[in-house]
Amino acid sequence: MSTTYDVIIVGAGIVGCACAHQCSQAGLKVLILDQGPVGGQSTGAGMGHIVTMDDSPDQLALTHYARRLWLELAEDLPAHVEFQRCGTLWVAADAEELDAVKRKVSVYQSAGSKAQVLDARTLHEEEPHLNPAMLGGLLIPEDAVLYPPNAARYLVDRARSFGAELRTGVAVRQIGDKGSVTLGDGSSVEAGLILNAAGCGAPALTPHVPVRPRKGHLVVTHRYPGFVRHQMIELGYLKSAHSVSSDSVAFNVQPRATGQILIGSSRQYGDDSQTIHHGLLSRMMAQACHYMPEIGALSVTRTWVGFRPATPDKRPLIGPSLVSDKVWLATGHEGLGIATSLATGRLVADMIVGRTPEIPIAPYSPARVTQENVVHE
Amino acid sequence: MSKHLTLSVNGRSLTVPEGTVLAVALAEAGVTQFRRSVKGQARGPLCGMGICFECSVTIDGKLHQRSCQTLCQEGMEVTTDE
Repeated sequence: MSTTYDVIIVGAGIVGCACAHQCSQAGLKVLILDQGPVGGQSTGAGMGHIVTMDDSPDQLALTHYARRLWLELAEDLPAHVEFQRCGTLWVAADAEELDAVKRKVSVYQSAGSKAQVLDARTLHEEEPHLNPAMLGGLLIPEDAVLYPPNAARYLVDRARSFGAELRTGVAVRQIGDKGSVTLGDGSSVEAGLILNAAGCGAPALTPHVPVRPRKGHLVVTHRYPGFVRHQMIELGYLKSAHSVSSDSVAFNVQPRATGQILIGSSRQYGDDSQTIHHGLLSRMMAQACHYMPEIGALSVTRTWVGFRPATPDKRPLIGPSLVSDKVWLATGHEGLGIATSLATGRLVADMIVGRTPEIPIAPYSPARVTQENVVHE
Repeated sequence: MSKHLTLSVNGRSLTVPEGTVLAVALAEAGVTQFRRSVKGQARGPLCGMGICFECSVTIDGKLHQRSCQTLCQEGMEVTTDE
């Protein structure tokens, strides 16, 4: 078969869809494949938090750039994407976390992001249902939330309007080094470049991809409009989410456009089952009730699990893989795949067509992953 | 002879025999719209056994309470169609 596509994207999660959008808009002929529906794996399981995070300068650069792209796109998003600029409110529970707020505010501001320190009084005015013992917070007002599967669908529809082709229900069995994919029925399709955007499924298709599934639980309540006004996260999250060795939970709640409340979060390695871990779920809900005691009286409609594609150094893998210059990666975004999808799409398209990226791309290059630091399970 | 008790439904007083399930009391009182879906459509009891949540009403200020799993109580204040 002759090469008919410039790029074949494997995976129609939000990252693959964003890459399809940007590549097709840049004039490339794109085919996007997924074994399931659009946004059916990590994308559909996630919260949909457009958050800027400052764990590292590279992470801040990527999340800040991505949020700018989301804010630019916001006006075009249809109502069912449920984009709401509710802001992120990082909650300080003790003096140490309050000190961290004072350091972090200048980090955000120096990156060009609005950031505001809230004293205890302002915090409780903003979020009246928080535990009165909470000491203060850091408000990042331009952060947002959205409904991820519909956002992915919107991006892939935009890609199709630029000529991209979408095939769902099509499994990819193998990615060839010379620029081809073998499908479940044994047929193959060629392209100038294959982009592996298969999230947690990426390592099965490309060797030396240090991505491991990191399990999480989420709970969604009935509608309680106004109970939560911002996406709120405990500052202790910065400690718990960093722990790569043990299971952890953190207070993380999000107001949905419907008035429902999403409650997270948990992080767990080494459990790839789809089943709910009730011990961890209990810890997660106890943490939520510690920060917002009235949560215990709310009615829950559904609880589920999902998997974040995590890398050892907390940065995604964006660009040519180690195996071939015809096989590229866009995966490993862990819990920031929704947030940073638009930036990933833009950087991938920039690299392919030779435009100058707006932020340095080296920190996300798969080439940083040498044999020595590849995670072996 | 069974005891009776009085509750309030959307501000109106309703007297029922003790032991009456709230969903039944509401239906007897002519309530057809127990709650609204997220898109504003009317909803009422479907499964009658606490699974579907379609019969949810507000009881004493608490949202989303399943009326089919609740016995009427003296002085209970019920709001429907929310």
